[in-house]
Amino acid sequence: MFRRSLLALGIIGTLASPLVSGLLTAQVRLNGAGATFPNIIYQTWILTYNQKFDNVEINYQSIGSGGGIRQFSDKTVDFGGTDAPMTDSAIAAIGGNVLHIPTVLGAVVPTYNLPGITQQLRFTPDVLTDIFLGKITNWSDGRIASINPGVTLPKQDIIVVHRSDGSGTTFVWTDYLSKVSPDWLQKVGRGVSVNWPVGLGGRGNEGVTATVRQSPGGIGYVELGYALINKMSFGLVRNKSGNWITPSLESVTAAAQGAMDQMGPTTDFRVSITDSPGAQAYPIASFTWVLLRKEYPDYAKGRELLKFVWWSLTEGQAKAPGLGYAPLPKEMRPWIEARLRSVTAGGRPAWQGPAATGAQ
Amino acid sequence: MTTLPFEPVPPPQEQTTPSAESRWRTLRSIDRSDRIYQRLLTGIALALPALILVILGVLFVSALPAIGRYGPAFIWTSTWDPVKEIYGAAPMIFGTLASSFLALLIAVPLALGVAILLTEFAPRWLRQPVAFLVELLAAIPSVVYGLWGIFVLIPFLRSVVVPPLKAVFGWTPFIQGVFYGNSMIAGGIILAIMIVPYIAAVSREVLLAVPVSQREAALAMGATRWEAVRSAVLPYGRAGLIGAIILGLGRALGETMAVTMVIGNRHDISVSLLQPAYTMAAAIANEFSEATTNMYLSALFEVGLILFVLTVIVNAVARILIWRVARGTAVGSRAL
Repeated sequence: MFRRSLLALGIIGTLASPLVSGLLTAQVRLNGAGATFPNIIYQTWILTYNQKFDNVEINYQSIGSGGGIRQFSDKTVDFGGTDAPMTDSAIAAIGGNVLHIPTVLGAVVPTYNLPGITQQLRFTPDVLTDIFLGKITNWSDGRIASINPGVTLPKQDIIVVHRSDGSGTTFVWTDYLSKVSPDWLQKVGRGVSVNWPVGLGGRGNEGVTATVRQSPGGIGYVELGYALINKMSFGLVRNKSGNWITPSLESVTAAAQGAMDQMGPTTDFRVSITDSPGAQAYPIASFTWVLLRKEYPDYAKGRELLKFVWWSLTEGQAKAPGLGYAPLPKEMRPWIEARLRSVTAGGRPAWQGPAATGAQ
Repeated sequence: MTTLPFEPVPPPQEQTTPSAESRWRTLRSIDRSDRIYQRLLTGIALALPALILVILGVLFVSALPAIGRYGPAFIWTSTWDPVKEIYGAAPMIFGTLASSFLALLIAVPLALGVAILLTEFAPRWLRQPVAFLVELLAAIPSVVYGLWGIFVLIPFLRSVVVPPLKAVFGWTPFIQGVFYGNSMIAGGIILAIMIVPYIAAVSREVLLAVPVSQREAALAMGATRWEAVRSAVLPYGRAGLIGAIILGLGRALGETMAVTMVIGNRHDISVSLLQPAYTMAAAIANEFSEATTNMYLSALFEVGLILFVLTVIVNAVARILIWRVARGTAVGSRAL
């Protein structure tokens, strides 16, 4: 009897000890939810940040941009994550109490399966659009051949593969096609899922990749980071300045730099950087954002959250390239800093700038 | 003699009966824990139907904006355009039904064959291992089926199955167009493999429950073993067998992951088995997490509502079917 109660005590003690220690150290809990695309780097940031500052417990659930925006709007989370910016009407619905802060950059690349072709294929915006509109249906089409001199293209039907799940990747891809082709904009438009004129749907980057790899003549689009890590072959795309650009982390950061004259210290960072004018800019790139409130009711929460966000945008950026994300251009930091300073928590400024946090 | 001496007798009888009853009643009511237990069980039993009603209610309320905006046309229009907010679920409804019935078409002969073999023909040492292996199919996670579909089934279909199929049946509307791999036929086959163990396991139990006397009677009439199965065993258990098939159909209607990985996910209606299609469950799983606008979300809820109602209808039809064929032959029908 005595032994059994001792055992029970022991069990209760084991169960409760993390709770107790949690109460003693982590005074602030921050919950976030949203986009799956930046999940890997967000989790890495959270882990690394926690090793330095253990007074805060951060949680990010990658439930998708749509879910992130919903939960952020319902105030069930402290911050959201999204690949597609909130629409004006969605912002109006929550009284404008939101800031979009870019964290890293992603890009989307065309990937294809043409057995026997070893050269990297080149794509112009209009060829890409017409393939995805179903107007170019064979790889031996003259328009593909004329921009790929020296490549013998097979007489092979083109099998278009797109994402079947709603996705920020699809948003970036269709946002680009909408910018370069009025035809696309009018017939299909941009969105996390669209009404595809042709093609098969694959679930996730891995679904698209598997379908493309299994289908000779297949062409699809996947995230750059995914393509890099899996060493996939992808095409070059001609940008606005007329240069053929290999998708890479550098050319993606260049896309953000090229789009910087659209932004400023008071800017709304909901800027699309597809078809960026920079000379070395890869044209199918995008920010991914965290959603912060302009006013937080709880001072400690607001302060710790902004400290973490600023740390991610400065020190944390070094983690990005290794994980397949392009870091933000350094030139953007002062503007983001200005935006973060405007956040209030419990009625006073939540964050006094980099000096106050100690994170540099 | 006279009836008088006997007259006093009935009252004691009347007395004893109620007293026995009341004793029984007191016996029953004496233990409070019994009553608590009974209420607990009633509560648990009622919780499940209540849960279904709550699910139905939530689906309906969430789907209301879409129902209000698109009306009944939602069911028979086929454009699914989240950008312009035009939604029609016809391709998904068609895809769900077509893939499930295609799966039944393939799975039922297979599963019944396995069940008949295992109960009637196979040597005893073979029965358990085969039954075990067939039922093991049910334990494989559906995402594994999906991967197997992408990497094994589709290449196999492309190189081995489809070319001869096209050569022989190319003139029918069912085998038309370019075969991309991800298609209705791939989805149907995957589903068939997934539902075989359910149908086979239940059918085996049903056939085992057929009394030996039925078989012996048929054999005694001079029937061969196959004739005995066909004329005595199968008719005796048909209610249970239909139940087994319906169980498989229910599973096929709701299957999501494996189907979405091989069916092509295209909002299109085509009678050709070689063309990509879509199912309701797959569309909900694919698009729910990124449904950013309220109307989009509501349209997906309406798809869920339709799937729910469809499943209820299928089950109701199955019940009616079982009741009708079960008259007189009861094996298995009581269990369903």
